[in-house]
Parts: sequence; C-alpha cells; structure tokens
Amino acid sequence: MVVGSLRNEQRKFTLFLLTPALLTIIIFTTVPALTILSYAFFKWTGFEREGFAGFENFQRLFSFPFRDQFLMALRHNVLVFIAIMVIQTSLGILIAYSLFRLKRGQRFFRTVTFLPVIFSLVVVAYMWQVMLDPYYGPINQIINGIGFESFAKPWLGSMTTALPTLVFINLWRWVGFPAIIFLAGLNAINQEFLEAARIDGATEGQIFRKIMFPLLAPSMTIITILTFIGAFEWFDLPFVLGGSNGNPAGTTDTLALMFYRLSFGSVDSNANDIGVGSALGVFIFVIVGVGAGVGQYFLRKREVAQ
Amino acid sequence: MPVFFLFNSALRETSSFASNPFVLARDPHWENFQQVWSDGEFVIYLKNSLIVTGGSLTLILILALGAGFVLGRYEFKGNGLVFGFVLTGMLIPAKLAILPLFIQLKWMHLLDSHIGLILVYASGALPAAIFIMSGFFRSLPIDLDSAARIDGASELQLLRQVLTPLVRPGLAIVAIYSAIPIWNDFFLPLVLLQSPENKTIMQGLTVFFGQYASQWGILFAGLTMAALPLIVLYLVLSEQFIKGLTAGAVKG
Repeated sequence: MVVGSLRNEQRKFTLFLLTPALLTIIIFTTVPALTILSYAFFKWTGFEREGFAGFENFQRLFSFPFRDQFLMALRHNVLVFIAIMVIQTSLGILIAYSLFRLKRGQRFFRTVTFLPVIFSLVVVAYMWQVMLDPYYGPINQIINGIGFESFAKPWLGSMTTALPTLVFINLWRWVGFPAIIFLAGLNAINQEFLEAARIDGATEGQIFRKIMFPLLAPSMTIITILTFIGAFEWFDLPFVLGGSNGNPAGTTDTLALMFYRLSFGSVDSNANDIGVGSALGVFIFVIVGVGAGVGQYFLRKREVAQ
Repeated sequence: MPVFFLFNSALRETSSFASNPFVLARDPHWENFQQVWSDGEFVIYLKNSLIVTGGSLTLILILALGAGFVLGRYEFKGNGLVFGFVLTGMLIPAKLAILPLFIQLKWMHLLDSHIGLILVYASGALPAAIFIMSGFFRSLPIDLDSAARIDGASELQLLRQVLTPLVRPGLAIVAIYSAIPIWNDFFLPLVLLQSPENKTIMQGLTVFFGQYASQWGILFAGLTMAALPLIVLYLVLSEQFIKGLTAGAVKG
C-alpha cells in the first residue's frame, strides 16, 4: 500500500490498524467467495477435489435427476418472492401509514410492530409450529370454536398449505421491517406538500395515492431489493419447519435448501455432490447479483426528486 | 401480544395449555423454567451463544474502530481503494461461500471451534461496521486532531482519549447491527459446528424440541429463555435497535 502524505508514525499506525481487519475479511469472505467459482468447474468425490470438469456440473444441474428438483425449487423461490412482495409490502405500507397518521403513541406502536424482527427465525418457527399443531394448536381450536371445522387443517403438514403457511409466518416475523422503512420515508416527506394539497381540496386518499406513494419510491427500491435477495436465499424457516428435503414431499423446497443438500448431504443420504452444489451456488449468486443490480437500476430511475 | 403469549404459555402446564391455550396462567408454573435450566445441555448452549456473540462483537468493535479511524480521517493514496474493497465485502452473501469456507476452516483446523465461528462472523460483519464507523469519524471536526497533536498527543492517544468517546453512538449502532444476527443465526453453526457441546442456542433449540416434543410448557419456557436476552435489551434500547437494524437499508 502506498501511503502518501502521512508522517512516519501515522504510516505505522495505518498498517497496524488496517491489516487485521482487512486480513479477516480477505481470509474469511473474499477468498471463499472467489473459490466457489472455481469449485463449480471441477469433479468432486466427497470433499476431495479431482480433475477439471469444464461445464459438466452445470450440464448435470440442468439434466436428470437434478433438473426437476431444481425447477421446482426455483418455482417456489419465485412464488415466495411475489407473495412476500405483494402481501408483506402492501401490509407494511398500510401499517406505516396508520402509524404516520397516529397523533399519539407512534413511538409505542412502532416499538411493538418492530419487535418480531429481532426474534430469531428458529424461535418464530417453533412458536408457530406449536400454534399450528393440527390437534391441540390454538389456531385450529379457534377455527373449530367459531364453527368452521372444515377449515381446521394440518397447516404445515399438507402439501397445498405448507408453503403459504411458511409465507404467512415469514410475514408475521418480517412485516415490521418494511413498515419502519416506509414510516421513515413518510416522515421525510415535506409537510408543505401535504398541506398545500389539503388546501387545494384533495382528499386524504388522493394525497396518499398522488403524493405520498410516489415519494415513497426510494423506500420501495430498498424493500424490493432486500426482499428479492431474501426470497432467493430463503433457508432458515423452510429448514426448521420442513427439514432439508422441504417436507411435505418437497413442497417447501427452495434453491438454498437444495444447495445445502448437495453440499452436505441430506437426512436420507449422506452422499454429497459438491460439483453440482457449487454450480447451483454460482447460479444463485448470479440470480441475486444480476437481479439486485438490474432491479436497482430500473427502480432508481422511477424515483422522483422532492 | 405474541410475546406475552409466549411468556404466559411458558408458565402453564402442558395439559391445561392443550385444552385452553389462551387462559392466563393463574398459578404460574415457574418449574418449567427450572426444568429447562436444570437440563444441563440448554445452559451449555446458552453459554456457547454468549461466548460466540460476545467474542465476535469484541473483535468487530475493536477492528472497526481502528479501520474506521484510519479510513475516515487519514488522507493517503490507496484510501479510496481500500474503502472500495471493504464495500464489495458488503455485497457477498456469506451463505453461498459456505462450501469453500467449510473446506478452508477444516484445513485451518478451525472447524467445530468457537474461534473459527467468531472469525467468520467478524469477517461478515466488518465491512458494514467499518463503513458505519468511518462515516462517524469523518463527521468529527478535523480541528480536534490538530489541537490534540499540538498538545503532544500520540496518534494512539488521539484515537483513544479524544475521538473514541465521540463516536460512541456509532459503536452502539454497530454493536446492535452485528450482535442480533449473530445471536439469532442458525445457518453457520449448523454447518460449522458439529460436536453437541459446542452448539449454540438456536441449534440447541432443535435438539431441545426433539427431546420435549409434547411438553409444551417446557418448550415455551425454552423459547422464552432463548429470546429473552434480546427482548429485554430491545425494550430498554428500542430506538437504537431500530436505528441499528435499519442502518444498512437507509444508507443504501
């Protein structure tokens, strides 16, 4: 490193302070991130690297038996992204708007809304597992209690409801995050705009649609990008509640779960396939990187200046 | 609401919970907590989580303080380059680098060790931490440095006695931003720790749930104890928490 106009003492101090931090980042983040690229182009037996494989691992990922698993997992990731984006984001805006309109107690309700975000997903997952227990769980008891017996379901055990239930649990845990971001966005809007519109006779609905919503675009950009990244790396919640195979019957499988199985083996077979696993890892990396980059570019463009 | 439910349920007997989950615990069954506590493993998991979170946090704060100081206050060739490198570190998702990381740690004999895990966490949190800290250092007036130097202070004294007290709010944000994901993390311990006596609390909970599958009072007591440290801190410092956890997003 070239140190320009510093005194000798400062130069030593710079090296002394920067080296440990940079080494930690290089050894435990940069090097592994770069090597994953090379892993995908080699043959592997267990954790031993063998000959060069070219694009063979990628070809195998896109052919039998991995292809069907891969496409199903990818579909789930896409569905989860859309569902979270639509439901969680609109609910987040709604909560943010209600908090914004509150005259008193904004702080208190803000604290309450944000609380689940600090919970571990493991704690959240198990709490809901008990709540949703098919026989004794409170949720089904309520449903039976109000006389809708036919709606009481084994929510997490049924192939049709498992994924939507996971999305719901995710919603409960995360909704406070977009809500707080949007609230910060609303609070940053110049009050004069709102007052001017009110004087001109705009209804509150019009104000929200025509003024607040467009000015929330920067918050929307952040939330969309973060949701996209989160949805395509979705792992903890499906793993804790559905296991590494995405039970029941693979209906909660995701790309990250598949990546985990290929890397470290699954419950029913310890055999791993690092080559195909790394190819999948590179694929996820590209989706997330390109998706976030392109998304950021287009979303930034539609933001308007205040 | 759910927190209250969690806590209330932790004080109930399994049978009475099953028949009516929403009733207040009239005669609280504190022994649920006692039983969790006397289950030796649970305490070990908690202790491991404290060691790993505390260790990572200490490392992150010290390294980010130093690096943030240099990058935020010294002008030298290469400053921008190093800063840019640190920023790219924020973009790499740790989960996807797990395979090489696993093999690399095995080779370094740091697999299944708390030190290995602490270094990985520190590496993951440092880019954002350095970014936040250098911002705080940059915002302090440069006259402070000149004045301290004229008074004969060494660079170390300048950092320790003059500037560090002034960037404390930054340190608090970094601490919260880093500590919560580490305490709550499930994935890295799942892959990088293997022996039961090394496991952290979030991993331990999965073992615990297998063991007490139908004793809900105890299960809820366990969940409460795993979540309690953060909940208590959150209720005391909620403003800093919200600021800390959204720090990355609002600046981005």
